[in-house]
Order: sequence, then C-alpha cells, then structure tokens
Amino acid sequence: MPERVKALLLPLAILLLLEIWARAVHLQSDSLAPPSAVARALAEALADGTLLVATRDTLISAFAGLLIGGAIGLVFGIALGIFHVFDRLMEVTIEAIRPIPSIALLPIALIALGFGYRMEIVIVAFACVWPMLILSRAAVAGIEPRLIEVARALRLSPPDRVRKIIIPAALPRIFLAFRLAAGIALIVAVTVEIAINPIGLGAGIMTAQQALRPDLMLAYLVWIGGVGYVLNAGLMAAQRHLFGRAALAGEPA
Amino acid sequence: MSRTDLYWRAASFFVAAGFVGLWQVIAKLKLVSPVFLPGPDRAWSSLIRGFASGDLWNMLLGTLGHMAFGWFIASIAGIGLGTMIGSSRTMRRYVAPSLEFLRPLPVSAIIPVAIALLGLTQSMALSVIAFGAVWPMLLATIHGFAAVEPRLYEVARSLHLSRAAVIFKIALPSASPDILSGMRLSLTVALILSVVCEILAGLDGLGHWVLLSARAFRSADLFAGVMLLGVIGYLTALAMSIAEKRLLRWRTGGH
Repeated sequence: MPERVKALLLPLAILLLLEIWARAVHLQSDSLAPPSAVARALAEALADGTLLVATRDTLISAFAGLLIGGAIGLVFGIALGIFHVFDRLMEVTIEAIRPIPSIALLPIALIALGFGYRMEIVIVAFACVWPMLILSRAAVAGIEPRLIEVARALRLSPPDRVRKIIIPAALPRIFLAFRLAAGIALIVAVTVEIAINPIGLGAGIMTAQQALRPDLMLAYLVWIGGVGYVLNAGLMAAQRHLFGRAALAGEPA
Repeated sequence: MSRTDLYWRAASFFVAAGFVGLWQVIAKLKLVSPVFLPGPDRAWSSLIRGFASGDLWNMLLGTLGHMAFGWFIASIAGIGLGTMIGSSRTMRRYVAPSLEFLRPLPVSAIIPVAIALLGLTQSMALSVIAFGAVWPMLLATIHGFAAVEPRLYEVARSLHLSRAAVIFKIALPSASPDILSGMRLSLTVALILSVVCEILAGLDGLGHWVLLSARAFRSADLFAGVMLLGVIGYLTALAMSIAEKRLLRWRTGGH
C-alpha cells in the first residue's frame, strides 16, 4: 500500500465510524454533530460568505501583527547580533519581558484600545517579536566570521555591511524564524478572538457554540485547522523553494 | 560565572532599572493616562497589598494549579502515547501523518468544543490545557523514537532484549532530549491556555484577576497580575532548564 493511502486510512475510518455511530443513535446533541452535517454547515457558511469574512478578519490581524512584531524583532535581533555590548546590556530587560504570556496583555490592550483590530494586532505583534528577535540574533551571531572580515577589508559602511553581508548570510535562518512567527501569529489571533475580541474565526466559532449549532462550530474548527495547515505548508514550500532542502534540515522539531 | 560576566550582568541590571525609572517618569508626568499605565510604584504596592490580603495568593495558586495539573496529564499522555506510536513502525506509518496534519491547528480553537461538551468548569479548563500541551511532547517523543541510532536496535536484538527493555533501556533514554524540549515548550502552552480558560470560564486564577481588574479600570492591580504571570513564565522555564541539564548530564559526561 502506498504511504499516502496509509496516512489517509485512519482519519477516514474515524470519520466513517463517527457518521455510523451518529446515525445509529439518532444523535441529538448540543455539542456534537455527524461529519455529514458538519460538511453541510461548512458548505453553507462558505456559500453565504460569513466564513470568508471571518477568515479575512483573522488573517488581517494576524499578518499585520506579524509584520509589525516581526519587523521590530528583526531590527532588534540584528542589532543585538552585531553589537555585542548592546546585547549584554539588554539581557536582563529582555529576560524580564519575554516570559510574559502574550495573552496576559489582553486586558491591558482591551482598556487601552477597546475591541477590534488594533488590540488584536498589538497582542499578535508582541508575541511575534520574540521568535524573530531570538532567532535572528542567533543567525547574525552565527555568521561565518570570515565574511565579517571581508566586509571590513572592503571597508563597507555599516548600512552596506548589514545589507550586503549580514542579511544575505543570515536570511535562511531569518526565514525560518518568520515561518515560526507566522504560526504563532495565527494561534494568538484566534486565541484573542475566542477569549474576547468579537471579530474573525475565533469569534465565529464561539458564536456557533453559544447558538448551540455544533455542526457549524465543528465546521469552523475544521476550517481553522485547514487555514493553519495551508499557512504552514505554504511557508514550508516557500522556504524549500527559496533556500533549498538544506534550509529545512536541522531545525528544531 | 567569571568576573567580567558578573560586571556585564550588573550593568545589564542597571539598564533594566533605567527602563523601570523611565516608566516611573512617564507615569508620574502622566504622558500616558494613568487609567492605562500605572507607575511601577503603584503596581508594586498593589502587588504587596494583594499578597497581604491573600487574594493574589489564591489567584496565583489557582493558575499554578491549572497549569501544573494540565501539564502533568499532558506529560503522561504525551509520553505514553508517543512511546506507543513511536515504538511501532506500523503505528508510525498509519497514525503519525494524521498527528502531523493536526499540529498547525491553533489549539485554542478546541475551547468552544470543550465548553460545549463540559460546560464552563474546572474539568473543561484542565482538558483544554492538557489537550494543548500534549502536542509538543507527543510529537517530540515520536520524533525521538524515530531518530534512535539504528545500531542501538541491532545491539538490542543481539542481546535478545524484550520489547519493554528496548523501550526503557534504549529508546526512551535516547529520545529524552527531544522529550524534554517538548516538555519545555508545553509549559508555555499550558500557561497561556490556563489564562485563556480562566478568562472565559471565570475560574479562580490570574487570568480572571487581570480581566476583572481591567473591567473595573484598576490598572495597578492589572499590572500586578501581568507581572506575576511573567514571573510564573520565567520561573517555570528556569526550573525546566535546570531539570533538563541535570537529567541530561549523563549524555555530556560520558563522551
């Protein structure tokens, strides 16, 4: 049996069993629904556009936060990687702020900015700063020292040094950091929406739960899983395409 | 730590103290409305007051309890299931791809489903935390089992070791660095999900505390709660990395 078929066997069997069980007991539940009803709810939500609007809202917040937080993390990461003194001096400050769980900022963002895109973007950005900062600092610090010597021998100005030597040399690992941060951005965006913010996919799934529509709730769950999967697979493909297979080897599991 | 390291550390502390000073100045001059930004002095006194009255203790213990129980259940389930799946090539082929497929799912999306099944209860929170925290450990264990040096299995075969002996003497120890780093990752997930569940279900804990403080615009209490959450994050990560170093000492010592 080819590997692909083996991989699909388990999920298909589970779906089939759920469907048979739901029909056998004539499932009437506020919390579960047979797969066929979930598929129908998914198709309806896609057709009337609510699902797409919610996806757009979530992705806008996630990407805006990713870009802002990622840029801040990248700039600081590169600066800390280049200037060793700066790195040592900021150590305690960074260690003190980093462990704060991003979601703990939610109430602060809520009273400062109210509901909506802005508070969500701020929280996503905070969460995205750290992987970017830590990994790009490591990437810059790990650059072959001879490249830096070349830059010195060529008397490149500091901005040129960053643009022509440091960023190209560290780029594969920076992209890896970007991919990890993108995953975090989606997770944090959905979490903020589920916890409190009335927009996007997270709010959609909460509303479906409160309206006692398990079919729609599970349809949202499947869709959110699909969005996460496509985002991850797309970025992974981009990474392989841009940097070759070698870039994927040896990354943390 | 060498002498120069110590000096750098001290300098770094001064820089951090400088930032706290700056925060104090900004708050004092009311550059940012005190409704959103209390000074560090007010946040600190609120922290002391909270502990003195015992309120903050209860919230702290609540969050730590959710986090620890959920993480503990997840550790047992993750390593157990991971061992089951990882130690059998057939299971790995049939089950692992489905797990990899689920990996990018934002785990918090499971919260509404858990609420529908279990209501706004303590057990809902624990199952969500355990479900979220199980993934890093489960996948790390499977990965660790798959990456065991094949020659070690050959040694086991020639020694006629039983399946259980292979798992406990060879596979688990050799997968332990992966498993421990999975456990560290899970700790962060458990803390975040604890806070979210407390916010949603109103369970006793710091998540509930910070939300209530925000709703009442008691920003000093809010900041005290957020700082405490940072301390939990820092100390649990520190404890985990110390445990990791001790548990893995045999690996670096022998070579």
